[in-house]
Amino acid sequence: MQPPPPDSPPANPDAQALVDDSFVPVRAKLIEVAAFLDRVERHCVDDDFRCQALNKAAQVLLDGEPERARRILESLSDPTTEPDDVSTGKPAVGAWQNPETK
Amino acid sequence: MRYIEPHGHMVSRTTNDYQAMVTAGCAAVCEPAFWAGFDRGSVDGFRDYYRQLTEYEPARAAKFKLPHYCWLCLNPKEAEDLSLAADVLAMIPEFIDRPNVLGIGEIGLNRNTRNEMKVLEQHIEIAVKYDQLILVHTPHLEDKLKGTKLIVDLLKQHSAVKPERVIIDHVEEHTIQHVLDQGFWAGITLYPDSKSSPPRAVDMLEICGRERIWLNSACDWGISDPLAVPKTAIEMRQRGYDPEFIDQVLFQNPVRFLSQCPNFSVPVT
Repeated sequence: MQPPPPDSPPANPDAQALVDDSFVPVRAKLIEVAAFLDRVERHCVDDDFRCQALNKAAQVLLDGEPERARRILESLSDPTTEPDDVSTGKPAVGAWQNPETK
Repeated sequence: MRYIEPHGHMVSRTTNDYQAMVTAGCAAVCEPAFWAGFDRGSVDGFRDYYRQLTEYEPARAAKFKLPHYCWLCLNPKEAEDLSLAADVLAMIPEFIDRPNVLGIGEIGLNRNTRNEMKVLEQHIEIAVKYDQLILVHTPHLEDKLKGTKLIVDLLKQHSAVKPERVIIDHVEEHTIQHVLDQGFWAGITLYPDSKSSPPRAVDMLEICGRERIWLNSACDWGISDPLAVPKTAIEMRQRGYDPEFIDQVLFQNPVRFLSQCPNFSVPVT
């Protein structure tokens, strides 16, 4: 874990409340992820690159390392560094697809 | 509690939202120019929009004694038509002296294209020429990381751009530290699904500190919440932050950045 910044606030006097207040809503979101993956598999669209990207990103949850949110966002991001020559005219979709695999 | 909404697209909201925001403690609202949900077809479409931002919306907010400020630009989503973009950018100086204008924004990138980069650079040159603050939009979803790096690199190439006069908005966990490390301000946007939730915003404050960061709702015509900022104060209170901490993030920080513009007056609360 990285050290706290100098101006970070004092430790939460009731850190247990983080779990008490948030566990059930977060539990529900995790079940939504599972149900989504079941659903796309059942309807035979789980080979969509976004579903595959979600599966890959979810593995971050299991590696026991910190900064999970940052690493999941990076996992879903375009890793290239040069501007695109032309616009696709389409909106972002949430996961990067390598043009060579389209 | 008092707060500033530093990024709200009020042209898309009802008057009820102004009423609710003031009821929740909003002391000023700032409205960047943005995409209307469809591409405008002419420079006159933008002229009317800038009149709305500088004349009509301030009057609508004033009914609730709420100061309304705005930013001017052509949104990166409309930057692919370079000819139209040139005409619109040439018109911006007509409005730049209006009393509620804070600067140039929200400029930036949408799909990280070369044309968007060209128009971004032209916006930066206008901001430098007229000594304006800059508000930057970073791309959505999978484009955000790359786009943020491109934007930071471009801004750093301009020696006349002072990072402390630039806020880079819509940061998330994978971009916030890069923005802060380069001396810019960072905006955390509280927006369902595609940006940050209140708990994640407070997480970023815990990890990155509270300096040079503001929170905003970016409420617009999409599913969004004009009360997302005060609702995030609830998350802070639940984690044990004292009122001074909440006031610094929600009120004092935006005041510190925005006070660099002579048009901005610290709201009386």
